Amino acid sequence: MSVLVFAESPSGKLKKSAFEAVTYGKKVADAIGTDLVALTCGPVEGAEALGKAGAAKVLNIADASLAKFDSQCYAAAIAEAANQAGADVVVMAHNSYGKSLAGRVAVRLGASCVSGVNSVPTVDGGFKVKKNVFSGKAVAEYELKAAKKVLSVMPNTFPVEEGGADATVEAISVSLPAPRITVKEVKTVEGSVPLPEADLVVSAGRGLKGPENWGMVEELAQLIGAATACSRPVADVGWRPHHEHVGQTGVAIRPNLYIAIGISGAIQHLAGVNSSKTIVVINKDPEAPFFKAADYGIVGDAFEVVPRLIESVKTFKAGQN
Amino acid sequence: MKFLVCISKTPDTTTKIGFVDGNTRFDTERVQYILNPYDEWYALVRAIELKESNGGSVTVINVGSAANDAIIRKALAIGADDAVRINAEDTDAFFVASQIAAHAKDNAFDVIFAGKETIDYNGSEVPAMLAEMLDMPFVSYASHLDLAGNEATISRDIEGGEEVVSVQTPFVVSAAKGMAEQRIPNMKGIMMSKRKPLNVVEPTAVEATSVISSYTLPPAKSEVKMVDPENMDELVQLLHNEAKVL
Ligand SMILES: Cc1cc2nc3c(=O)[nH]c(=O)nc-3n(C[C@H](O)[C@H](O)[C@H](O)COP(=O)(O)OP(=O)(O)OC[C@H]3O[C@@H](n4cnc5c(N)ncnc54)[C@H](O)[C@@H]3O)c2cc1C
Ligand SMILES: Nc1ncnc2c1ncn2[C@@H]1O[C@H](COP(=O)(O)O)[C@@H](O)[C@H]1O
Repeated sequence: MSVLVFAESPSGKLKKSAFEAVTYGKKVADAIGTDLVALTCGPVEGAEALGKAGAAKVLNIADASLAKFDSQCYAAAIAEAANQAGADVVVMAHNSYGKSLAGRVAVRLGASCVSGVNSVPTVDGGFKVKKNVFSGKAVAEYELKAAKKVLSVMPNTFPVEEGGADATVEAISVSLPAPRITVKEVKTVEGSVPLPEADLVVSAGRGLKGPENWGMVEELAQLIGAATACSRPVADVGWRPHHEHVGQTGVAIRPNLYIAIGISGAIQHLAGVNSSKTIVVINKDPEAPFFKAADYGIVGDAFEVVPRLIESVKTFKAGQN
Repeated sequence: MKFLVCISKTPDTTTKIGFVDGNTRFDTERVQYILNPYDEWYALVRAIELKESNGGSVTVINVGSAANDAIIRKALAIGADDAVRINAEDTDAFFVASQIAAHAKDNAFDVIFAGKETIDYNGSEVPAMLAEMLDMPFVSYASHLDLAGNEATISRDIEGGEEVVSVQTPFVVSAAKGMAEQRIPNMKGIMMSKRKPLNVVEPTAVEATSVISSYTLPPAKSEVKMVDPENMDELVQLLHNEAKVL
């Protein structure tokens, strides 16, 4: 018996979400009193470091067909690695990998599946785990009835813990179906933190009046090392790119800090951001619904408040050095 | 081309949420239900557009009780040709996917569309399970889909960007924003939807593999702390010392 964590490595690199999944997997393994094995697929650099986050050993399937992502091949690889490792529980990140894979792997293993979990399972009286449902308006506890389980863990929920030592990396081979998906191009914004993985996010809405006013949003974001986001109407009219749209119909995020500038706080917007740990709202309307969901509120004109905030951050940063 | 679109119903986001039976069951009283937006706006509309340009048919499928007929009729009013309802409560994703797979196995669909997730439980599980059960390729979170003959070119959302892939039919795809524009059913569509076939099929015997054992409300948010708009130094100090995020 063991817990297997799939640690994704796009372009051969392990990202924060993979280390978070291993950190979470270690807690799951501790809860059921077993060891944690990590699995990497395709080319990967520095896989031994997954040991620091809790993996007792790391498996790698170096098959060339895993260099690009095909959910069918990956699911076959993960399921077979789970069988070889005798794993009853498979863990992965609830991101573009996990969302394509969790269900597939569960079917292959005959496992119960819960995606987007945010708690460590309890195992007395059934295997139970929690996730947020109804746009964060409730928490549901699921009981997983099958002997095997697949869990995908919400990003930015279990911060990476790196107390342990490097693990040994062991190559394994599995038989895989031929890929039926051809990846033609991967377009990612260079240099910036992808929004779903960002710890800090600066976001703005229709209150900013036009795309020409985003300079201060970007400046603030850059100063504190944040990603930028926006409300839906802002993306719909093309002021900002679609991948910045957060909310019910856009990206759901849960950063440590979410600064909302000139956003009213409609329920559909809150649905994608209200799990953020700290929310700052800057709005000139004291009645804006967003203040009810905020930790810190500033009633004022964004065009005065944000430049002031930028100056204060600069002073603060200068004082820290 | 034969297109199948998996449609689900979900409470409107603005609905008040409550639970009954000792917080073990969602209270469906007075809940306003809608077609899941990803299924309606993106998956269904793109399937209809492809049928309009390539010919073929669009079938919608739902696993649910007779109470779902209203949302199924809406899908027909938007432009689907016919509908199948598997007459069973949608207990868990495995159960739902098994039912749809059982129907799809005998019907040789070229493209099976689903939404990227339902907005109530945010599973993203049904389409992936369905693809595995049918031994088909699966592209998730697709924001564009073009079809030329049997080959589809699809863009899908990944962290901080997108991936462009190509795949041959048959395949399963889950739709995200961008794939199409919402269509509002017109009067003619609504009239015609009443006469389109809605076939009710009894479920195959499958056991759900998971169950929701209880619901709780999230911890109450503490009161908002208002900061003087003239004093952004104070905000920075609060974010540094109190919230510990800067
Ligand atoms: C089914 C459905 C799904 C949806 N999904 C989403 C979603 O995913 N994400 C999303 O964001 N929305 C979504 N919406 C839209 C949502 O309901 C709101 O319409 C939208 O979030 C409003 O965007 P906004 O706050 O930028 O604009 P507005 O509502 O116009 O608010 C602008 C705010 O800026 C403030 N303001 C104006 N000038 C200034 C100034 N100078 N300084 C400071 N503040 C100022 C105003 O007081 C106001 O509060 C959805 C709607 C529906 C029906
Ligand atoms: N009861 C259902 N009947 C038909 N399709 C469904 C049902 N539940 C979910 N789906 C489809 O699967 C998608 C993802 O659902 P989920 O995995 O539950 O988040 C939805 O957007 C629908 O397309």
